[in-house]
Amino acid sequence: MKKLVLLLFVLCLALPAFAVDFRIGNGAEPQSLDPHLVSGTVEHRIYMGLFEGLMTYDPRTANPIYGVAQSHTVSSDNLTWTFTLRPGIVWSDGTPITAQQVVDSWLRCLDPNTGAEYASLLTDVIKGAAEFNAGTGPRSGVAVRALDSRTFQFNTKVPAPYVLSMVCHYAFAVVPTHTIAKHGDRWTLPENIVSNGPFVLKEWKPQEVIIAEKNPRYWGARNVKLDRLIFYPSDSYATLYNMYIKGEIDWNTQPPPPELADAAKLRKDFLTEPELASYYYQFNQTKPPFDDVRVRKAFSMSINRKELTEKITRTGQIPAFSYVPEFAGYTPPKGIGENAEQAKKLMAEAGYPGGRGFPEVTILYNTSETHKKIAEYFQQKWEQTLGVDVVLNNQEWATYLDTRKVQQFDLCRAGWVADYQDPFNFLFMWLSDNFDFNDGRYNNPRYDQLIRQANSMQPGPERNKVFAQAETILIEQDHGIMPIYYYVSQNFIDTNKWGGWYPNLLNNHPYWAIYKK
Amino acid sequence: MTKYVIRRFLGLLPTLFIIITISFFIIRVAPGGPFSREKALPKQILENIEKKYHLDEPLIVQYGRYLLDILRGDLGPSFRYKDHDVNYYILNALPDSMVLGLMSLCLALLLGISTGIVSATRQNSVLDYSSMAVAVIGISIPLFVVGPVLMYIFAIRLDLLPTSGWIMADGSWKTAIMPVATLTLPYFAYLARLSRASILETLRSDYVRTARAKGLSPSVIMFKHILKGALLPVVSYLGPAFANIVTGSIVVETIFRVPGLGIFFIQSAINRDYTLIMGTVIVYSVILLIMNFIVDIAYGFMDPRISYT
Repeated sequence: MKKLVLLLFVLCLALPAFAVDFRIGNGAEPQSLDPHLVSGTVEHRIYMGLFEGLMTYDPRTANPIYGVAQSHTVSSDNLTWTFTLRPGIVWSDGTPITAQQVVDSWLRCLDPNTGAEYASLLTDVIKGAAEFNAGTGPRSGVAVRALDSRTFQFNTKVPAPYVLSMVCHYAFAVVPTHTIAKHGDRWTLPENIVSNGPFVLKEWKPQEVIIAEKNPRYWGARNVKLDRLIFYPSDSYATLYNMYIKGEIDWNTQPPPPELADAAKLRKDFLTEPELASYYYQFNQTKPPFDDVRVRKAFSMSINRKELTEKITRTGQIPAFSYVPEFAGYTPPKGIGENAEQAKKLMAEAGYPGGRGFPEVTILYNTSETHKKIAEYFQQKWEQTLGVDVVLNNQEWATYLDTRKVQQFDLCRAGWVADYQDPFNFLFMWLSDNFDFNDGRYNNPRYDQLIRQANSMQPGPERNKVFAQAETILIEQDHGIMPIYYYVSQNFIDTNKWGGWYPNLLNNHPYWAIYKK
Repeated sequence: MTKYVIRRFLGLLPTLFIIITISFFIIRVAPGGPFSREKALPKQILENIEKKYHLDEPLIVQYGRYLLDILRGDLGPSFRYKDHDVNYYILNALPDSMVLGLMSLCLALLLGISTGIVSATRQNSVLDYSSMAVAVIGISIPLFVVGPVLMYIFAIRLDLLPTSGWIMADGSWKTAIMPVATLTLPYFAYLARLSRASILETLRSDYVRTARAKGLSPSVIMFKHILKGALLPVVSYLGPAFANIVTGSIVVETIFRVPGLGIFFIQSAINRDYTLIMGTVIVYSVILLIMNFIVDIAYGFMDPRISYT
């Protein structure tokens, strides 16, 4: 007996040696750990370690799978969604997670006093949400309710097929309302925080490290193979790259420094994967010359996207001829292609043969080496092919936004990463009343009509066909924006060492699936 | 003398007040604000946020409120980092920057002055020219080149040191080597050239000639008589240099992941995080003003020809 006790004692001492730490090079210091107050991929990666919503992401496909919810039903008109929570599911402090807490969490996100940036995901879809968020409707008007302690139900404005994908997003997070009530603004500090995800926050030293330890009360704790998540914040691509190649971190979420892109591409642990994200330019259509569709098409047709992605960006970006990337169930229009001769003809038709008489135009972009190189490439190409003068205007982010919002540009660089897998999440931006993104003021009533029609259709191929019709008008008829390329996600991770990590379209990698081989 | 000291010290307060006032208004002139987003926040939400942070009040009221808060030692909430306030960031980050800065400055002083002495006493020798060449290189090469080069050589190729991290942040003592070396270089270079020039000038003065005539040994002449006078420019330089170096070099701190104040200087401006910007400006100003003050007083002790009345 004594020998057994001794053996067990020695084993316990050795156990820490078997603890598996997963070290992540995350990018900048997070703005906050409160899921309702954030909007970036940096914060999203941390959120995925600490919290879980009704649904979570399948590690291989990024499709929605059950998280806090165990099952769901939807009414035949696709407007009423009912979720059943897992039995006995609790927070990391043992308090049961109830359907009422889901209700209160979503209402907190919508509450105008919270100031949630991503409340728009809820206001776009849930009945009564937009009014409450804008302060014009009551809290009780939001169509969310707890039917009992384990059953949560809500009504949507339109039969959105992307609801399941959407509720994975942190805007729909289930937050510990009891902890927030107790600690207020300080609820996210390590000494106060309570979470329901696979890990719990243990330590947070700003600009230094965030450590999360395995949550034994997570409903799927039995399958979680990692013991700790360690997040290192850094703004420097070079530093994270060096940390990775030296083995100081296991997963580098940031791209390699541009000078090292070619060296990185040779590495087997540098994984790129098409992403549901688009890099494009906006045209200012409120004044000449880009109020003329022929000029817009000419500019778009006279560049070489393959050359751009191969010689300038160089990490496998995909030339884009439509705005929405192709993905399961959606086939985008072919676009107008590239044809220098045709472009010159269009310019002549528009009254600028050989570029004569064409005013000097500006490309507005936010400070970044990549945006600069791309803009310079276009400047050169347009000068060579169309004979026009293009000037570059580089501004830092906040100034750039300001300038954009008052249409003080001719061409403006922009990018968009999808929040969920549906064409609406791309095409809603070009509705004529979308003053958030549509700074070029693209305006086609037929486009608006088709988009609204599609968005209220039942899920299925017909719905996507109508979206495609709308996109055809946007791209092939009006060319209201200039698609350039689709992003690829860039990650460094050794999949010979780590299993359960897969490149996918949304670049989401749940930690409960990751294990050391 | 005491009266001068007190008067000088009290004079710091109006200067600080002016700095705070000008900064407060100037940062609000830049386009955009802390809550500008690509997808603009809905009007009601923006209004609520602005009300929460008193941004809806007239500027002069906000200013008054801010001054009262400062007097209570409260630098306010960060507009960008929602979970902590400005005091927290500064109190956590400043020690790291200060330690990095002090280590670098001490090393720079030691190496710089020694190099200066050696170069000056062996003027126009090979040693002199090579030290000054190293100094010029040190001043010319930017830190964002030196840092990554050191990291590549010592951390990646030779595998002798960790790439990044900081001793005060649970790193080993080895993490201090590269950031300190990088940050020391330009200060060492400047101090070497400065001390060399100043010592050379002092070497030619009458009182040194007298000391030599008296038969004093070279080291006594150097350390007892020359340095005190020759190092006056160094002392002048040290004031602003100290303030500069202890409030964090954004380049060195970013590259080597030193969790200091440097990164907040730039990031807060980009984010239009008014309170954090003001916090960093106040810290920098206070340190700079105090250091200049100390330098002024030190002058009086170092050079008997200077007197304050």
